[in-house]
Amino acid sequence: MTATMLKGLSRGAFPIVVVLVALAVIVPILHLWVPPGHALHIPTYAVALFGKYLTYALLAVALNLVWGYCGILSLGHGAFFALGGYAMGMYLMRQIGARGVYANPILPDFMVFLNWKELPWFWYGFDSFFYAALMVVLIPGLLALVFGWFAFRSRVTGVYLSIITQALTYALLLAFFRNNFGFGGNNGLTDFKDILGFDIQSNATRSALFAATAIALALGVLVTAAIVRSKFGKVLVAVRDAESRTRFLGYRVEHVKLFAFVVSACMAGIAGALYVPQVGIINPSEFAPANSIEVVIWTAVGGRATLAGPIIGAVLVNLAKSYFTAAFPAAWLFLLGGLFVAVTLFLPRGILGSLSQGFGIVVARHRAVFAEKGMSPPHEPSDEPAPAASESHASPAAPARLQTAPAE
Amino acid sequence: MLRILASALFFLLAHTAFDSPANAEGLADALSGFAKGSYAKTVDALAAVAASGDERAVDIVRALKDKRLYYTKADGKVYIKDDSDTLIDAATGEPFTGEGPFGLKQVRVNNRVRGAIEAALGTLNLLAPDPARRLSAAEAVFKSRDADSLSAIDTALSKETDPAIKRVLEQARAAIVIADKEATEEDQLAAVATIAGRGDEDARGILTTLPDDMPEAVGKAAQKAIAAIDQRLAMWSAAQNVWYGISLGSVLLLAAIGLAITFGVMGVINMAHGEMVMLGAYTTFVVQEAIRTSAPELFDYSLAIAIPLAFLVSGAAGFLIERLIIRWLYGRPLETLLATWGLSLILQQAVRTFFGANNRQVGNPSWMSGAFDVGHLTITYNRLWIVVFALAVFAVLNVILKATPFGLQMRAVTQNRRMAASMGIRTPWVDAFTFALGSGIAGMAGVALSQIDNVSPNLGQGYIIDSFMVVVFGGVGNLWGTLAGALTLGVANKFLEPYAGAVVAKILVLVFIILFIQKRPRGLFALQGRAVES
Repeated sequence: MTATMLKGLSRGAFPIVVVLVALAVIVPILHLWVPPGHALHIPTYAVALFGKYLTYALLAVALNLVWGYCGILSLGHGAFFALGGYAMGMYLMRQIGARGVYANPILPDFMVFLNWKELPWFWYGFDSFFYAALMVVLIPGLLALVFGWFAFRSRVTGVYLSIITQALTYALLLAFFRNNFGFGGNNGLTDFKDILGFDIQSNATRSALFAATAIALALGVLVTAAIVRSKFGKVLVAVRDAESRTRFLGYRVEHVKLFAFVVSACMAGIAGALYVPQVGIINPSEFAPANSIEVVIWTAVGGRATLAGPIIGAVLVNLAKSYFTAAFPAAWLFLLGGLFVAVTLFLPRGILGSLSQGFGIVVARHRAVFAEKGMSPPHEPSDEPAPAASESHASPAAPARLQTAPAE
Repeated sequence: MLRILASALFFLLAHTAFDSPANAEGLADALSGFAKGSYAKTVDALAAVAASGDERAVDIVRALKDKRLYYTKADGKVYIKDDSDTLIDAATGEPFTGEGPFGLKQVRVNNRVRGAIEAALGTLNLLAPDPARRLSAAEAVFKSRDADSLSAIDTALSKETDPAIKRVLEQARAAIVIADKEATEEDQLAAVATIAGRGDEDARGILTTLPDDMPEAVGKAAQKAIAAIDQRLAMWSAAQNVWYGISLGSVLLLAAIGLAITFGVMGVINMAHGEMVMLGAYTTFVVQEAIRTSAPELFDYSLAIAIPLAFLVSGAAGFLIERLIIRWLYGRPLETLLATWGLSLILQQAVRTFFGANNRQVGNPSWMSGAFDVGHLTITYNRLWIVVFALAVFAVLNVILKATPFGLQMRAVTQNRRMAASMGIRTPWVDAFTFALGSGIAGMAGVALSQIDNVSPNLGQGYIIDSFMVVVFGGVGNLWGTLAGALTLGVANKFLEPYAGAVVAKILVLVFIILFIQKRPRGLFALQGRAVES
């Protein structure tokens, strides 16, 4: 495993990991040890804000693994994100202990408010960080396993899969809005006090959380790179580009998809778990289908099937969102909507994809020049398994391509 | 004549129910009881007045209730003080003129008297000239089961001519008789049968709360009657669920049918479909506003004007969307999904900017408000019309698909696009007009939804996932599948609601669809043909 991860490190992932690790080191230093008046000082809100963006970036990286490399457009990744967030939120709620408004040492405030007498069974164990951390990965992973197993086995693909993933997150949204479901209903979980014994509001904790998020993101990129560059990754891309053909070649397409889906869900869960302590609240609106679709646009803007694209997309789009919702609230939805249309129409490969395509053309010319001069060009293997051109079908009038194999 | 009859009645009542001294001199004598200054006499007098049947009786009892009834001890006369503080002789209704009266005292009221006032009013209402009041009074007695009203009920029964009111009176009488310890077993059995004939929750309540020491035969009859009522009630509640389900299903059908066409023919997931519905609803709003300001007398026709307009507005929007965006994305269904989602955001925000974020007031025309009863079922006119409208749209669409050249081309393109193109069908134009048609139908759905839902920029979002579920469940490219899917989901939702609550019912339906897709990934009515294999 380490070996494959290191192999992943050797290529495109390397600069990303270096940048992220550098961020994880430099930002806390600039935040904590540079005095507030100094030009290089990073204020608290910026650390919290960019920490949040990085969790979004990890979510986008997770989505990219299934959508970019495997062609599964999940419109329900927000659900895995929110489930991870809820698991972390439950831990943080239990940490409040007797400091809540009702000063109940066991029960969170909302349960006291609802007149509950004892902790529901699914809240057991969440006072332990390690149990909670396990659940952060396990619950989204299990949901993805069960859901994916059903969906992929019966060959639900294309837009059908997108729609039922959307239905999944919508159903969870409705469920978590209910008070008697045991997760705080409408208000969700909030008023957190500390994490692992450290005050959640303190600058040091914020810096640590930022660093942890950057590291987690780096790991997410590494895992993606390791998967994509492995033999398995080639099959993954093959499934994306020609599912039936891959199946006829003897690969178990369902298993390939299921693996990618579960890994991606776990990543999304971790992103959610890092998101909650930094924003200080988790509520059911995180399950809203609109949120999940927004993740798709981050990935698409940055460039799907590229390692850095989702990160760039998530940060850029959210920066724009933070700016516009504050400065021109009415304009933001026009812009976001326009982004969806413009990216799908004019920039289907996203920023990075288009750049590397342009770079590829330059390299090809370069080589052609070398070839004319009778020299062998410097070896430059193409790096990213970019989405195959065949995906936009040759015939523009072809009906929607809903992949199916003949009935067995 | 009336006097004599009333006196006779009072004579009868005084003996049977109230055990007070007989007095055959009519209202004036009944009134003298108020002048005695004792609560017991007041109560007796109330009963006598109530039973007198005199048209002034209601005024007198009301006056007592409002503490406007006075008497003079000296001559035992009773007066009503009206709003303008003039005294009216209670017995004759003549205003009091001249000096005095001296020693005027208010008739005092305590709790016992107050109870008697209510009973007296109930009795008086039983004899009121207005049938609606008589009916509600009879219902009130049935619910209160006040044994003191028995004689009044009997009186009313003997006079009643309206069969419906008579039935209720009999039921009320039965409700009293059944609780009467002294009634014969035969009477009680008859009473059980009468109550059972009513067959609703109230009847069931009376039968279940019978005392234990009833004769065995009566108890058994009551048990049987309860079982019969339960069965009847279950049937009605099932009927009600079916109706609500059909009503919800027709809304889903309206919202989903346009989607079914675009998805079926073009394989395009139009996430902006809900916004086409919203545009239709706002068209209705604009039409109604225009009518309100310029021609209010046309208000009842506002929907008739709005429906074609909404079709044109949403249809035109759909046509533009297809020509400008979607046609560049054929063959890339996932990208189409994203682009149309972006469009939906833009449309929502545009409407929000133009009309404001608040709900807009869209009125019901007079022929769509109100309700009528079928048995124990209340059917509102707006729901009924929406069901009719949804089915009409469905029928018209079927005719378009089956009997017009355009429908023929559409079906050809659905089944085999390349072959259709080879036969000379301009598939891009078929696509554009299909999209316009689907969007236009969504606009018409918006007109209907504006009648039952809030018209806000988020109107469409509430329906989009449900519509997808209908299309996915019903199967693509088949209108009957959409109809079956919409009605099934609507009825299933409403049947689950009483057991699980509205939200859980919705979750269960979603889970059910997710599982259903496992079994039949192509929906209930899968399309046959080349399109399936593409």
